[in-house]
Amino acid sequence: MTRVDEIGIGGLGASRRRVEDARFIRGCGNYTDDIKLPGMLHMEVLRSPVAHARIKSIDTSAAWAIPGVRLVLTGEMAAQRNLAWMPTLSYDTQAVLATDKVRFQGQEVACVVADDPYTAKDGCEAIVVEYEQLPAIVNPTQALAPDAPLIRDDKEGQTDNVCYRWEVGDKAGTDRAFARADKVTRLKLHYPRSHPSPIECCGSIANYDPATGKLTVYMTSQAPHIIRAAVALVAELPEHLIRIVSPDIGGGFGNKVPVYPGYVCSILCSILLGKPVKWTEDKSGNLISTGFARDMYFDGELALREDGRILALRFHADTDQGAFFSDAQPSKFKIGLVHSAFACYDIPVGHITARGAYTNKAPGGVAYRCSFRVTEAMFFQERIIAAAAADLGMDPAEFRRVNLVRDDQFPYRTPFGFLTDSGQYRRCLDLGLDAIGYEDFLKDKEEARLRGRRLGIGISTMTEPLGAGNSREYDILGIKMFDSAELRVHPTGKAILRTGAKSQGQGHETTWAQIVSHELGIPAADVVVEEGDTDTAPFGMGTYASRSTPVAGAAVSMVSRKIRAKARKLAAHLLEVSEEDVEWELGRFFVRSAPNRGVTIQECAMAAYGNMPDGLEPGLENNAYYDPPNLTWPFACYLVIVEVDPETGVWDVLRVVAVDDCGVRINPMIVEGQITGGLTEAYAMSNMQFMTFDAEGNCVGSNYLDYLLPTAWETPGFELHEVVTPCPHHPIGAKGVGECAAVGGPAAFVNAVLDALSDTGVRNIDMPLLPDRVWEAITTGRDVSGAPPVKT
Amino acid sequence: MYPARFRYEAPRSLDEALALLAEHGDEAKVLAGGQSLIPMVKLRFASPELLVDINNVPGLGYHREAASGVLEIGALCRHVDLEFSDVLGDLRPTMAAAAPLIADPIVRNRGTLVGSLCHADPQGDWASVMLALDGEVVAVSAAGRRVIPVTEFVTGPFQNALRPGELAVEARVPVPRGVPLGRYLKLERRVGDFATVGVAVAVETSDGTVTRAGIALTGVGANNIKAVDAERVLVGSTLDRATIAESARLAAEAAKPRTDHRGSEAYKRHVVRTFVERALHPRPAVAA
Ligand SMILES: Cc1cc2nc3c(=O)[nH]c(=O)nc-3n(C[C@H](O)[C@H](O)[C@H](O)COP(=O)(O)OP(=O)(O)OC[C@H]3O[C@@H](n4cnc5c(N)ncnc54)[C@H](O)[C@@H]3O)c2cc1C
Repeated sequence: MTRVDEIGIGGLGASRRRVEDARFIRGCGNYTDDIKLPGMLHMEVLRSPVAHARIKSIDTSAAWAIPGVRLVLTGEMAAQRNLAWMPTLSYDTQAVLATDKVRFQGQEVACVVADDPYTAKDGCEAIVVEYEQLPAIVNPTQALAPDAPLIRDDKEGQTDNVCYRWEVGDKAGTDRAFARADKVTRLKLHYPRSHPSPIECCGSIANYDPATGKLTVYMTSQAPHIIRAAVALVAELPEHLIRIVSPDIGGGFGNKVPVYPGYVCSILCSILLGKPVKWTEDKSGNLISTGFARDMYFDGELALREDGRILALRFHADTDQGAFFSDAQPSKFKIGLVHSAFACYDIPVGHITARGAYTNKAPGGVAYRCSFRVTEAMFFQERIIAAAAADLGMDPAEFRRVNLVRDDQFPYRTPFGFLTDSGQYRRCLDLGLDAIGYEDFLKDKEEARLRGRRLGIGISTMTEPLGAGNSREYDILGIKMFDSAELRVHPTGKAILRTGAKSQGQGHETTWAQIVSHELGIPAADVVVEEGDTDTAPFGMGTYASRSTPVAGAAVSMVSRKIRAKARKLAAHLLEVSEEDVEWELGRFFVRSAPNRGVTIQECAMAAYGNMPDGLEPGLENNAYYDPPNLTWPFACYLVIVEVDPETGVWDVLRVVAVDDCGVRINPMIVEGQITGGLTEAYAMSNMQFMTFDAEGNCVGSNYLDYLLPTAWETPGFELHEVVTPCPHHPIGAKGVGECAAVGGPAAFVNAVLDALSDTGVRNIDMPLLPDRVWEAITTGRDVSGAPPVKT
Repeated sequence: MYPARFRYEAPRSLDEALALLAEHGDEAKVLAGGQSLIPMVKLRFASPELLVDINNVPGLGYHREAASGVLEIGALCRHVDLEFSDVLGDLRPTMAAAAPLIADPIVRNRGTLVGSLCHADPQGDWASVMLALDGEVVAVSAAGRRVIPVTEFVTGPFQNALRPGELAVEARVPVPRGVPLGRYLKLERRVGDFATVGVAVAVETSDGTVTRAGIALTGVGANNIKAVDAERVLVGSTLDRATIAESARLAAEAAKPRTDHRGSEAYKRHVVRTFVERALHPRPAVAA
């Protein structure tokens, strides 16, 4: 009797190769743009060239005259169907096609459907729009100035450009703590606008079949079930006649959660024409019109005691929301989870105020690899932590050690109400310091300084809330943030698993099978995973916010356990003993008193269809819906060493050490891939990447010459380490990890550069730390702001 | 990105190409590596009626040293050919330094030096190299052939001196006399980026004294700039510290940068100065 070897069958902890890669690396994926339906027409969107203007007239006659043009859709026509505007996921409205004004450069004004995409584009060029330009607003300061032009004059009762106000914490208690402080550290900074920029742009093929009344939409959605619900609610189509299919997706990063005008237009055009209509966004369209991230201004303070303890925190945040409040975030908090800031530190009291501003920029505010503004929160946290340590003249590692929540404090309630439940924060920090050789580096740095070289080290430690939600606090359109899995085990013991999540590169097809393996002992290779088709997958809320493993992954465990429970009955029947006498080991039930007498899970599967006991229904299928009791709280410690060239401001990354505690790792290779990707994005954001605007509201970053993605050449190497503190409430102890490095990483890079400049008096340089900004800081000794507008 | 309608011809000989260009004049555009033209056409920044693809024209892929010692670079010589060239050798250090800094490997596989000169992008690297080296362009048409110095070839941003019907068949670089010292320094935000600032330096010395000096700048003006005064102070010097500093100062003065999202005017000027100093007075870079 040899036991099933869990790693051998690709179970928990196996660095199993990604099964989906076999088709991706051969160019055999099936993306939305690969799908071609008979009789399919092509749609192109006409976008506004200006940021803020009243539309005086739209003349479409020349477009209609082009042979091959089938439909020219304007806002006015959409309005006849009550579809010129649509609700957003943040309870605002957003224009589908502009009727009154355009409110950002790149806004959708009209669309053309033609026999081929070239003709559709010709059609767009033939449309004549007369604009009356209005002053453009590109930052919250301009937006909130008393004489600012009103952007949302479409909204009844809206008299200014304030989009929301929000507040949390204990103001009086915080004020008292600040009054007692030995020292107060203050920091102001701007986290620049960035864009998730997936390689595959957004797109859809809407196919309304007039004969059956069924609408099928193939589209690039991270959350197909939400889209189905939204289409049913907004377009008032019957939900059973809507099928949303998300085929392979070439990266999402949060960009493919919202509902975009292009999707809606393709659906409307297909209904009007009774033909399949394909829309494929181009790169510039994606960069200038779809969900951005960040664009947030912080001004905050820490109250400090002489011995290094933090007594209280407070900050105000202004968010630049763009023209419509369409944050795709499911929490009941207006500014997402920004109040998870400082959750890893033991700070008794705090107070946060926040305000959103409408501006003439693209809307979105989505999470670019981030759970609803935790990236900004953790960035500000780690930047002001570094500043506070400097103000106290304390070593930044020691300052963290003094303030981090201790292991024996869990479960720990933060001043803003979150419950962090597990972690070994100091151990992670010490492991990181050890790995990078902290003490030795500090000596090297001093010696180098004597020779005119500027070295610096940056630390970032943080825990973040991943895996929305729990149903108390998180919902979309009233639908709670659970997730689901359905498992069907076939007679020969092979299985198909479907979940309500949707992989965009995360490797669900590989990882989910490993969870089934771990629970049932079926080899991972015998489990096929399918997601993204609302006609076949169980209802789920999709993949973003690192929620797949915490929520859908938990559902996979739970459904497997249901299957195991039924298989136990079958095993008892086959072994002719009572159920209580049956024991489980991976892949096999056996008789407790006679361990050699056993049946495999595969034998149970066959019995489920061919030899079931009386009274037991046939089949070995089930599903599970999982509502997580809490978020998961991974912890990370990132350390970066840089060298700054003081003559040019160019900085090179010499080392990056990462210690991640994301609980139990299902597939360590995939986890490392996620961390590597996240650190790459962190490096990009700190070093080169930003989406900015000039004074007229022109987007500077509408292409890959201006919006930079790092290549393998300049991306530094990463040294990865792990600590495992299992999540106490997740069935297999896993926590989210997809976002940690992108969330916690940027501050480590910025802190490192500022450490190299520690003798200059410079406290802040806004990201990205472009060479000219670093040079300016060195030569002037002053902070450098990166807030738009920029000169072009 | 869908271009407007255009006609496409792929002539198989130079004569055929020239005939097409003669016939269509202004309406035709030559397609060489396509690394600038195709994006422009796809973005509809350019909508030529006819593309004359010269990639099937035989015998234009060369770069070679002529008997006279002049370096000749054919219209289909790709960036990558120069990157891995054994013709450039020690005699053309500025070119050897620039080639691997153009764009990224994918673009270098297709793009051409001559195409880059014709495109006349002020952020293009080759034009600076050619200005520093006193290069020339050979233009041919059905009517004949002429040789144009690069100083006159680039006439404005994205404008060159070619007449309708003319094809640039070759670029030329004169023979270096004396010991060549050359570098190309480029500040880019990442691989494949156009230069925030680029500096081409090509100096020839004889017994330690400078006999010829070329300095040209990328990305700091409406065109690539030949920093004539900065060149002049070097000639006759022994590349002593003071002269290098003066040359660097003059080069920075010749630059006409604009503040944009890549950097401020002051910063770009400062980098020109730093790069000229570093190029002429090579020492280990401060950053590793
Ligand atoms: C992503 C990317 C990054 C880049 N980065 C850089 C960089 O860092 N530095 C840099 O210098 N360049 C860069 N480039 C531009 C690249 O070097 C191009 O190859 C070059 O500018 C044009 O050469 P080509 O052969 O591709 O010309 P094409 O694109 O074929 O043509 C460009 C123009 O020149 C004309 N033309 C071309 N050949 C001739 C000829 N023989 N006679 C007459 N007219 C002609 C064409 O009609 C067209 O107007 C980059 C390009 C890309 C796509």
